Formats: sequence, C-alpha cells, structure tokens
Amino acid sequence: MNSEIFNTLIDALSGTLLDILPIIIVLSFFQAVAIRKAIPHLKQKIIGLGMVVLGLGIFIVGLEQCVFPIGSQMANQLTDLKFLAGNDSALIETLENSDQMDPGIYLWTYIFAFLIGFSTTLAEPALIAVAYKARDITTGAISAWGLRISVALGVASGVTLGVYRIVMGNPLHYYIVAGYAFLLIQTLFSPKQIIPLAYDSGGVTTSTVTVPLIAALGIGLASNVPGRSPLIDGFGLIAFASLFPMITVMAYAMITEKLSKRKEINEPS
Amino acid sequence: MDVFPIIVVIAFFQLVIIQKPFPHLDQTIFGIFLVVMGLFIFILGLESALFPIGEKMANEFALKGNPWWIIFFGFALGFSTTIAEPALTVIAGKAGGLAAGAGAIENTENSVASFVLGLRYTVALSVGLAIALGVLRILKGWPFIWFIMGGYTLIVITTFFAPQEIIGIAYDSGGITTSTITVPLVAALGVGLATSIRGRNPMLDGFGLIALASLSPIIFVLGYGIFVYGVGS
Repeated sequence: MNSEIFNTLIDALSGTLLDILPIIIVLSFFQAVAIRKAIPHLKQKIIGLGMVVLGLGIFIVGLEQCVFPIGSQMANQLTDLKFLAGNDSALIETLENSDQMDPGIYLWTYIFAFLIGFSTTLAEPALIAVAYKARDITTGAISAWGLRISVALGVASGVTLGVYRIVMGNPLHYYIVAGYAFLLIQTLFSPKQIIPLAYDSGGVTTSTVTVPLIAALGIGLASNVPGRSPLIDGFGLIAFASLFPMITVMAYAMITEKLSKRKEINEPS
Repeated sequence: MDVFPIIVVIAFFQLVIIQKPFPHLDQTIFGIFLVVMGLFIFILGLESALFPIGEKMANEFALKGNPWWIIFFGFALGFSTTIAEPALTVIAGKAGGLAAGAGAIENTENSVASFVLGLRYTVALSVGLAIALGVLRILKGWPFIWFIMGGYTLIVITTFFAPQEIIGIAYDSGGITTSTITVPLVAALGVGLATSIRGRNPMLDGFGLIALASLSPIIFVLGYGIFVYGVGS
C-alpha cells in the first residue's frame, strides 16, 4: 500500500469521525440526562459504530481511487467543445460564438448523466439503509431493490433534465416549481402508505457517492458551454436529483398497487 | 452487486466513447475492491449499531412519557449533525464567494466569513427545527401531507421574493444536509417512535423526518437570501 492511499484513508476516516462525533455527543447526553439507564449490549454497539466509521472510510477511499477521478475527467471530456465537434475547427468556432446551443449536440452528455445518476444511486449507502428499513416494516411488500431502482431512475432522469437546463440556460426555478406542482398533484392520487417514504427518498439520494460526481458534471458543463457561468449555472443539479426520486417512487407504488389489485380480481380468494 | 453498474458505465464510456485505455488500471481495480469491502462493513455496522440505537432511543423516550425530551432530542440531533456537515461547509463557502462577487456583501474576508457562518447556522437551525417538528407530528399523529403541502407552498412563495443568486444554492442545500450516518439513525428513530406509540402506523407515521429535514433548509436559505440581498426581482 503506498503512502498516498494511506493518507486518503486517514482523511476519509477523520471525515466520517467528524460526521459521527456530534451524534455520539447528543446520544450520550440524552442517554445520561434523560433516559438514565445503562445502554444494553454497549460493547457490541461501540464495535458496530466503529464498523460504520471504518466501512464508510474505506468506501470513500475506494471511490476516490477509482470512481471520482475517472468520473470527473469524463464529465469534463464529454462536455469539451473539441470532443463534441470531433476536432472540426470551423465547427468549434461556430459553437464558441453561438449564443444558443443546439441541445442535440450534447447527446452523449445526457446519456452519461442518466447512466451515472442511475448507477451511483444504486451504490448510495444511505439509500440502502432506508430501503432495508422499508422492507423490514412492510415485511417485504416494498422490496429493497424495487425502491432502490425506482429512486435510481428518478435521480437519473432528474440529472439528465438538469443537464439539459444548463445547456439551454433556462432559469432553475421554472423547472423546480413545475416539478413541485406535478409532485403535489401526484401525491393526491398515490397510495397513502408510500407518501412519507417517497418524500424521504428525495433527501436520501444525494450524499456520499452521488453529490461529488454530479457536482463535477455540473461544474464541468457550466464551464464548457459557452455563455454559462459555473457559479450560477453549476448549482441546481442536486435539486433535480432530489426532486425526481419522489415522483418515481410514488409512480412505483401506484404501479405495484394497480398490479396487486388486478391480481386480486383475477384470483378471488 | 451494488457497485457493479458504476463499473459498467465508466468502462463503457472510457473504452467506447472516449476511446482511451484506463489510466492506472491496477489502482482502479484496487479502488473497486475497497468500495465493495467498505460498503459491506458499513452495512454490518448499520444493522448491529445504528438501527438498534435509533430504535432503542425512540422506545425509551416513548416509555418516558415526557414529549419535550424527544422533541429536544430531535432538534439537537438535527442541529449538531448539520453544523458539522462537510458538504454544507463547501456549499456555504461557494455561496459566500458568489455574494461577495455580486456586491451583496462587502468583499472582505470578514464579511464573507460571517455570511458563510450565518448560512451554516441558518441551515443547521432549520434542520433541527424540522426534525423536532417531525417528531411532534409523529407524537400527535398529524397527517404528513399537511406539512408537505404547506412546506412546498411556502417554498414557491418565498422563491418569488428571493434574489436570483440564492435560488440555486437554496434548492441544493435541501439535498446535502442529511449525511450517510444521520439518515439511518433518523429513519430508525422515526420508525421506532411510530412503532412504540399505540395507534401509529410505522409506514404512515414513521417515515417523513428526512423529507422535512430536506425541505426546511430551502425555505430558510431563501429567507436568508432575502435578508442579506434584499427582496429580489
């Protein structure tokens, strides 16, 4: 193991420790002041917390070794005008001087955004945690994989639309307000049981894995598309990535409900 | 299994679209090994510590009967984990640079630092209040949908008055406040609470804490933007 990997491991471990430190302080304070009972299986829980920190640390080092550098380099290359124009210098010049981009030229960027949004969400540890919880209390009616795949589809389509917005340079809040309006209408028609979970999955999706890659994509795109500023247009992809999963999770619940109803009609018990 | 799709996507784009061989292939393979192993250890720790701790705390608080302790607990948990959140520190720093560049605040180190600190406290306060309110909702059994409808209506109204520069940051701040360690604990807390109180449904009442914690920062940051920049067009 070379020293560079060791250093990133130390950084990642101290980062996750910093994450868990306030939690430990709050937990011990309330345990001591409000509950005033010894914690059962204390040793096992301390080992478990240690595993959470260690596992997350190793996970982040791995990401920094293999996924982040390649992912952000790719985002940069795919949005580069030279790559898009295929080394056609006349075309590069026209692109640089045009105020309104032809959105079709970024086809590969959309595909990349969709696939990277989908695949990183499947590996998101916080989402795995919530999916397990949902599976446990519904005793399997909501499968962990079904939830994770519908959230991943949501992030994927959200990020793709967000990338399209950066290319077009439209104001963010038009999209988001329209998305909220759609979400609220959909909420009225979806099964009641799923609503809190669906809204939770919006906040869950964007953490350790997804945020760095999506941010790299947004900033790469905003710096390469002529007329966009990375400071103003680079923000907003995370907002898309947390809005769309709510829509897809509710859609997932509506579809499974329909399917199980149809089953009941076909096989009267 | 969990990271397999990432590998496929990256390999496809590297080899087929960009058409270059992998730089440092050995390092990449070692990285993938670390990712898989790290995730495995994390999930083991999740099931043996984070979930049981969250549920046990919820259970004990429910037995105690004094609702103020658990509401206070929710606030403390939300506030303390958010103020230390590295992603928030990064985003707040960027927002500070933006505000100084736009001339909304003085372009000196001091005023930028106080803007950034103010933003971080605003978000942390909003997350703490949201979790406290969410806990109160579970205790009272209020329908989740009221909070969502009210929250989003507030966001839309505030957006109309907010300055352009803060909107992107505000919407993003909702997504970054809940870290990988906070989420499982808060989920276990909510579900544990809904399971311990008679007449609550863990599915209907247990979830939703994270949703409120990602919604309220948007309103508060938009408000902070109006406060700092003045009412926008």
